[in-house]
Amino acid sequence: MTMRLYVWQRATAALMAPLVLVHIAVIFYATHNGMTAADILSRTHGSIMWASYYGLFVAAASIHAAIGVRNVLTEWSPLADRRAGSFAVGFGLLLVALGARAVFALVLS
Amino acid sequence: MLAELSVSLWRGGKEGRYETYRVPQRASQTVLDVVTFVQRHIDPTLSYRFACRVGVCGSCAMTVNGKPRWTCRTHVAKVAGSGRLEIGPLENLPVIKDLTTDMQPFFEKWQKAQGVFAPSKTRHEEIEQIRPDSAARRLADAAIECINCGVCYAACDTVRWNEDYFGPAALTRAWTLVNDERDAGGTARLQAVAGAGGCHSCHSHQSCQELCPQALNPTAAIAGLKRRTTAAYLKGEIKA
Repeated sequence: MTMRLYVWQRATAALMAPLVLVHIAVIFYATHNGMTAADILSRTHGSIMWASYYGLFVAAASIHAAIGVRNVLTEWSPLADRRAGSFAVGFGLLLVALGARAVFALVLS
Repeated sequence: MLAELSVSLWRGGKEGRYETYRVPQRASQTVLDVVTFVQRHIDPTLSYRFACRVGVCGSCAMTVNGKPRWTCRTHVAKVAGSGRLEIGPLENLPVIKDLTTDMQPFFEKWQKAQGVFAPSKTRHEEIEQIRPDSAARRLADAAIECINCGVCYAACDTVRWNEDYFGPAALTRAWTLVNDERDAGGTARLQAVAGAGGCHSCHSHQSCQELCPQALNPTAAIAGLKRRTTAAYLKGEIKA
C-alpha cells in the first residue's frame, strides 16, 4: 500500500469510529422506543443534519472499503496493481451509489 | 528419552520431497546437530548452511516442524516432543538445494529500504556524543541485535502474499537508522520505506516478533515507521 492510500484508509477509519458509535446508539434508541419505519422516516425527512451525517458515513465507508479491497486483490489475486486499482475504484463507486440511494430514501422520501 | 529420532529432511530444489532418516537422540541435542549427523554419517550430499553454531552469525535458519527457527540454538527436546522432526528450507526464499536458500532477495530488500548507515560526519570531525539513555538511542538499540537470519522474513504472511514487500528485517533496520542521531539518510530513507513494498504493506500479524530468535519486535519497529512516515508526509517532507 502506498503512503497516500494508507493515510486515506487511516483517516476514514478514524472518521468512521465515532460515526459507527452514534449509528449504533441511534439503532438502540429507535428499537428501545419501539419506533416504526414510518416514525423514523418522519424524523429524518428533510433533515440536513441526517443527510450530512449519513452522506459522510457513506463517503468514508466507500473510500475505506475500496482501499481495503484493492489490498486484498493485489495480495491474493493474480491481478496487477493497476487492474486491482481500477476494480477497487469501481467497487467504491458502487458503494457510493448504493449508499447515496439509501441516504436519499432516508431524507427525501 | 527416545533412543532414535525420525527426521524428515527436504531434498531437492524447488521441486523435491521429504526423505526420512533415523538419527540417535542425545542430551542437549540441537536441530543443527541432527542435520549435521545426517550429512556426516548418512548422506554427505545433503546441503545446508551454518557457520558459528552459537547464534551469532544468523546463517543456519531452517523451517523446523513448520516454523522458521535458528537451528543451532533450537533444542530438539523443545520442538520434537513426539520424537519426529521435519526440517525444510526457509519459506519465502528461493531454494538452492536441500536446506539451503538463496538469501539474495532478502538482502536486496535491505538495500531498497536503505538499511545502510549514511554518515553525517567525516573522520576529521569530532566523534558525536550520544547519550545511551536518550529516547532516540533507546529506540535504535531495541533492534540493534538483529543477526539477519531471515526467520522473520520466512515467517511473514505479507512477504508470502506480496513479493515486493521489504519484510520485517529490512524495515526494522531502517527504523534503527531513522533513530540513529549520527545518520544523515533520514528523509530519503523515510521516502524509501513509505513507497510500494514499504512499511504500509505490513498487516501487523506479528509472526516476526513471535518467532524472532533474538526476541526483537519488528512489528513495533514497522509501526514506528508508519507513524514517522505519516508525520513526514503530512508535513510535506516526503511524497506519496
